[in-house]
Amino acid sequence: MGIEQKLGNLGVVTLKLEQAVNWSRTRAMWPMLFGLACCAIEMMAAQASHYDMSRFGMELMRASPRQSDLMIVAGRVTRKMAPVLRRLYDQMPSPKWVVSMGDCASCGGVFNNYAIVPGVDEVVPVDVYVAGCPPRPEALIHGILTLHEKVQREKLADWA
Amino acid sequence: MNEHISKIVKAFQERFGASIYAFRGETSLIIPAEKIVAAAQALRDEFDFELLTEETAVDYWPQLTPRFHVVYRMRSLKHNAIIGMRVPLDGNAPTMSSIVSVYANANWFERELWDMFGIRFEGHPDLRRIVMPHDWEGHPLRKDYPLGHEEVQFSFNFDEINARKPYAKE
Amino acid sequence: MGTEAFLSPVTLDEVKHLVSNRAIEGETVLLNMGPQHPSTHGVLRLLLELDGEQVVNCIPDVGFLHTGVEKNMEAKTYEKAEVMSDRLDYLNNVGNNLAYCLAVEKLCELDVPPRAQAIRVILVELQRIASHLVWLGTHALDLAAMSVFLYCFREREMILDVMELVSGQRMMTTFIRPGGLWRDVPVEFEDAVRQILKTFPARIDEYHALLTKNPLFIDRTRNIGILKPEVALNYGITGPILRASGIAHDLRKAQPYSGYEQYEFDIPTQKEGDTYARYLVRMEEMRQSLRIVQQALDKLPLGPVRSNNRKYVPPPRSELAVSMEALIHHFKLWTEGFSPPKGSVYAAVESPRGELGVYLESDGSPKPYRVHWRTPSFTNMQILPLLAKGHLVADLVALIGTVDIVLGDVDR
Repeated sequence: MGIEQKLGNLGVVTLKLEQAVNWSRTRAMWPMLFGLACCAIEMMAAQASHYDMSRFGMELMRASPRQSDLMIVAGRVTRKMAPVLRRLYDQMPSPKWVVSMGDCASCGGVFNNYAIVPGVDEVVPVDVYVAGCPPRPEALIHGILTLHEKVQREKLADWA
Repeated sequence: MNEHISKIVKAFQERFGASIYAFRGETSLIIPAEKIVAAAQALRDEFDFELLTEETAVDYWPQLTPRFHVVYRMRSLKHNAIIGMRVPLDGNAPTMSSIVSVYANANWFERELWDMFGIRFEGHPDLRRIVMPHDWEGHPLRKDYPLGHEEVQFSFNFDEINARKPYAKE
Repeated sequence: MGTEAFLSPVTLDEVKHLVSNRAIEGETVLLNMGPQHPSTHGVLRLLLELDGEQVVNCIPDVGFLHTGVEKNMEAKTYEKAEVMSDRLDYLNNVGNNLAYCLAVEKLCELDVPPRAQAIRVILVELQRIASHLVWLGTHALDLAAMSVFLYCFREREMILDVMELVSGQRMMTTFIRPGGLWRDVPVEFEDAVRQILKTFPARIDEYHALLTKNPLFIDRTRNIGILKPEVALNYGITGPILRASGIAHDLRKAQPYSGYEQYEFDIPTQKEGDTYARYLVRMEEMRQSLRIVQQALDKLPLGPVRSNNRKYVPPPRSELAVSMEALIHHFKLWTEGFSPPKGSVYAAVESPRGELGVYLESDGSPKPYRVHWRTPSFTNMQILPLLAKGHLVADLVALIGTVDIVLGDVDR
């Protein structure tokens, strides 16, 4: 924020467009409710009052994919659920990001059999992986903040 | 075993030709497949076993006679007792009668047995897959069905697995 | 796994026999209450046949969380397979561990020392309270009482802190192992549990003050989903649903395990069998659980926390340096695992949802031959179509909450 120190009380701030857009995207990212299994309980705990996620802008969890930016895949994805997951991801409007929460969503986790998709990155492209089984709410919040940092680094050339 | 159970065992040995399997204080009656509905009816009406607790199966492949054992477990609240039944089934595509007319919750148990083991139940109102996708082929819990596990990605084989893993593009 | 592979999981042809004729003629609407829905408490798909707002038929389509646990457990040794048991009913992790360990102990005829039994009871009852708190929070959230959700999760944090103190993990503890517990509880355990016992009863009173006499809540739950006791028995229902229909059946009293016969507690029942009755039963169960924890904590005996039977239980590491047999046992148990005798057993516990049973069959090898989980939610789900007939869609949301299903339990 360059000339702000010079202009001071004039109430004018100058900055690059991509910084402004990235800043606004991170400050009010609405997650889509996609709790599948045990990690969903920790996601609910992260949303509740003890580890409040609404202080990071994620006040509500929108059930509708058309109104959300972030999909937190919380829990194990089975082969029956994978097409549904892909369809929901396609229904989200850009810009959209995916956080793969927990071991089962990142790599298949404890399970290694016919029913579980080993890693949700085979179905949707993932931005941040959060490890843990289930990850503590603080770990999820760290993952969200890492995603915020990643979004801050996005370049105009990629999305314009 | 307590007297209520021994009464049942005796009655069933006479009526249905059942044999007993007793282990660790639990009793199971081995009953032929044709007599299962009559046996379940007798347990519910005469001996007050109101609840069907469990209906599952075990696969003894590669042994083909019998290949499956369908295991039932009933609970009686009045006498505070639990009793099991086992039905041996042969072959790769076995069928037997459904006990849905006796205990209503056998509906989903038998659907799961069809899905996981391929055991057909005659008289079942709605026999289709329940936990697997509806167009899945094969019956997963059979012993000749592979586990379907993938190779674990350690650091020595990380790159080669990374190359062939089907990552999703946009 | 591309988008072109998406197909409707169930087509109309397949369920033609389950919907009424009016659906085929087009008079009623077939609506999909899909796997992703805020009120289905997990990935449950319901096909609703609606006449306006009234539900004519409700067909559940489960299996979206089928993890193949039973088959996967057949490929692991007994002790390693227990890790998967936490993840089944993910609100009752300690209870799942207990059911599995009871089955293994029955099969192997392992003794469990009394201190381990008492601590098991304390952890299981705390877990029951935690599970009922999630039930209450999400049930009330669906009925638009949002503050109850926040209060419940605040209380749950206290219990999860105790779990973390004891085992290092908030949810998937795997603390209960065959033969006893993994290790002894730390010194702070008693103070932490006493703190919960001191503050909790007032919190339950808070929930009662918020919901029990609230006319909105009563309007949405009275006379919704009435279940008659004979129907419940025919459908094999167990747990709070059965108790709210008038039948006082609780496995902790009927076939006590892990020392429950020493503790005094009541079994709450109600007569009406509607959603409000089930709510009252579960609230009272939380109070009874506190009573059990109080007694168990007061009578907590001293002593070892795991069986000494070295054929099944690994020796403490301090012994490995001095005893050759300890080293051999340790080696055999960690490489090959223990081999129980051949046979099949069934062990059941009372989970917050009903009867949770494990059918374990062994063929003498170190890996289980067949593990079947008799999960309460799988059986209890079958009454949902029955209860939903004739009610509105909004009542259906209340019914899903009151049947208290956990999809990990249903699909395994």
